[in-house]
Amino acid sequence: MAAIAVFLIAEAIPALQANNSSFLTELLWTPNNTPPVFGIGALAFGTIMSSALALAMAMPVAVGVALFISHYAPRKIAGALGYVVDLLAAVPSVVYGLWGVIFLVPFMQGPSEFLNEYLGWFPLFSGDPVVGRSMLTAAIVLAIMILPIIAAISREVFLQVPRMNEEAALALGATRWEMIKMAVLPFGRPGVMSAAMLGLGRAMGETIAVALIFPATFGITFGILGPNGNSIAANIALGFAEAGEVGRGALIASGLVLFIITLVVNMAARMIIARRSGASA
Amino acid sequence: MSIQTLSTGRRAKDLTVRCLVYLAFAVAVIPLVSVIYLVIKNGMARFDFDFLYRSMKNIGPRDAGGGAYHAILGTLQQVGLASLMSVPIGILTAIYLVEYGGKGRLANAIRFFVDVMTGIPSVVAGLFILAFWVLFLDLNYSGFAGALALSVLMMPTVVRSAEEMLKLVPDDLREASYALGVPKWRTIVKVVLPTALTGIVTGVMLAVARVTGETAPLLLTVFFTDSINANPFTNAQMGLPLFVFDQAGRPNDTAIDRAWAGALTLILIVMLLNLVARLIAYWRSPARGR
Amino acid sequence: MAKQIQVSGLDAYYGAHKAIADISMTIEPRSVTAFIGPSGCGKSTFLRTLNRMHEVIPGARVEGKVMLDSDDLYGPGVDPVSVRRTIGMVFQRPNPFPTMSIYENVAAGLRLNGRISKSKTDEVVEQSLRGANLWNEVKDRLNKPGAGLSGGQQQRLCIARCIAVKPQVLLMDEPCSALDPISTLAIEDLITELKDEFTIVIVTHNMQQAARVSDRTAFFNLAAQGQPGRLVEMDETSAMFTNPSEKATEDYITGRFG
Ligand SMILES: Nc1ncnc2c1ncn2[C@@H]1O[C@H](COP(=O)(O)OP(=O)(O)O)[C@@H](O)[C@H]1O
Ligand SMILES: [Mg+2]
Repeated sequence: MAAIAVFLIAEAIPALQANNSSFLTELLWTPNNTPPVFGIGALAFGTIMSSALALAMAMPVAVGVALFISHYAPRKIAGALGYVVDLLAAVPSVVYGLWGVIFLVPFMQGPSEFLNEYLGWFPLFSGDPVVGRSMLTAAIVLAIMILPIIAAISREVFLQVPRMNEEAALALGATRWEMIKMAVLPFGRPGVMSAAMLGLGRAMGETIAVALIFPATFGITFGILGPNGNSIAANIALGFAEAGEVGRGALIASGLVLFIITLVVNMAARMIIARRSGASA
Repeated sequence: MSIQTLSTGRRAKDLTVRCLVYLAFAVAVIPLVSVIYLVIKNGMARFDFDFLYRSMKNIGPRDAGGGAYHAILGTLQQVGLASLMSVPIGILTAIYLVEYGGKGRLANAIRFFVDVMTGIPSVVAGLFILAFWVLFLDLNYSGFAGALALSVLMMPTVVRSAEEMLKLVPDDLREASYALGVPKWRTIVKVVLPTALTGIVTGVMLAVARVTGETAPLLLTVFFTDSINANPFTNAQMGLPLFVFDQAGRPNDTAIDRAWAGALTLILIVMLLNLVARLIAYWRSPARGR
Repeated sequence: MAKQIQVSGLDAYYGAHKAIADISMTIEPRSVTAFIGPSGCGKSTFLRTLNRMHEVIPGARVEGKVMLDSDDLYGPGVDPVSVRRTIGMVFQRPNPFPTMSIYENVAAGLRLNGRISKSKTDEVVEQSLRGANLWNEVKDRLNKPGAGLSGGQQQRLCIARCIAVKPQVLLMDEPCSALDPISTLAIEDLITELKDEFTIVIVTHNMQQAARVSDRTAFFNLAAQGQPGRLVEMDETSAMFTNPSEKATEDYITGRFG
């Protein structure tokens, strides 16, 4: 891991030195021009924005799926249903990308216009023009891709809730939902939170699916329905083939930033779990 | 009535949540069904002899026809090489962690690195091999470089799953073997590994399935080519996921058709690996399941 | 508040396995009824049929009739959730909610039936903790986790949590089996106090305990290995312990088997 960092830094330095702008704040990405100008600003924004949106969409569904399998579905078929959700994770990301760009992009045109028309007062849904190939569509694909891992981890922690605590809640006259609220969710919260962090890390690092969908623009726009959007990972995939020497170094520098962000997110996830197991031991 | 009835509000809330939970499951399954349906429907159009046995050599940008043979061949070689590198190292690491390392400082450090490595984005793994292999050692893009990147991704998964499986082997078994005077290494080879074997195989197959679908690391390490390159050690190769990515980014329908057919091939390979892995796990413990 | 329970012809199953067969008995209000019998004879199963907790186990079902005064617990349209609120249960192992404070544990059931004011909640929490003889020990640390208490205190916390919702019957499944002798004594004293207010049913393995706390005792046994458990006899505790009418009861009480 240290080796990864060292080699990435070593290859990034010359490009950073050639850069004619501030790497951290510049929005443009034109490292192959003379003089080269590039910065991580727009890309980091797109990465965080798309991942946060994806997480916001995936979380409720994933927790619902986990509860469905752990506490609602008939026992006999729960295992098989869990396997169906795991299959979602087995679909390669390039296939999601293909599906996203050929099917979901045109499909999203209508719903996006609808959102824009009726909820346009809300900054996220504002703006003109409205297209299918947008930040929202990319985030939906990301949400689908991170859903299985969040659902799988949440399901495991929900199944670990001591049976006796669930029975205690039921014996107090709780309905199933009240039992879940009383015994299952509080017990599972740290596990679900760390699952969310892991999912966030996945979403940030996801490359190919979003590279096919993102319009690959360089700017910071809050409207998620317009033809905007890019991410560090997608930019590496798309920019690599045409990159010259400085361009490659610039991409490596951006990869380093991605590496650090995901590292922090993943460490946070581990820390949540570690703190929990330390407390209950 | 001495039994007070449940208030309508509470009953309604319970019912609402039940509906939401069922709905969540439906929402999760819809994309899966949609993806698989579209991949099969659109993929069948070009899933033919030419596709499986021809390459893209001499196929113009607007031409129909052409195939993914070069990509399938590349993927098999790259994944095979990656497995050859990461499976032995991964299993040996797991054996060290479980049988020798215990709670020692080195073992904990390894566990920590493995944990963190599990979360690194695949594109970063690709960048790393690019920086190390292509830029630092000044070697060529090649199938082998791709295999290196894939094994960076595979290794932690293999270590983790093998470690879990080895930990499941009861200590009694080991002690019984020591009691007979069998040395530790023979105990591991003759008792521990055979007991954990099916579990390890399952874990390895799932790891193989996962990297088979990886595109981003290949993009940065094997580059692109339209022709067959049977030698993974020199010059650019193709990979099946890369083929799908490449074709999907082209504007003509003929290319999109090839992309779908490639996606179908890829899903077949990955699902087959998954299915076999699950069957092995299932066959090992028929009584298990919740 | 306390109510009488009348059971007639009750069978309980786990899937295809019939655990108890044809049990009929009357449990008197404002008294303590003890269930005794060898392990596996279905005491817990029977106890759990009395507040419809049996059916939360997948595949488990009940046949027969249980009347709480004039209400049929298994009648059509009766919601098991409201049955459990009326008939509370204390389990063998203390099971406070691990994520909740002492205060929240006691208030947990209370808050199910809509919002209640803070002062009202405070009042009921104090009352219930006093009722469970725990108030003096925990009043300075109500916001500490319930899991931090000793085993005996945790069990009394569970009793407080149970009586906070003001049930009419209290079912206790070996409430002292996980506790030390001093905590056991504290719980036994508590049971004697609580019977002024509640109908109490207690499962116990301890003959002395049954003799000390109960007014009536029911002896359960398996007809034979692999057969469902059944009720052998039921009588005043004093009569049961001095002059049982069945040979099996005498053997069990005197420790000749079980
Ligand atoms: N959850 C369960 N699933 C299947 N069988 C059970 C379950 N709980 C108890 N039993 C069976 O029911 C019978 C009675 O058990 P139980 O009521 O726990 O006895 P007791 O409390 O008198 O020791 C036993 O044969 C036991 O194996
Ligand atoms: Mg019992």
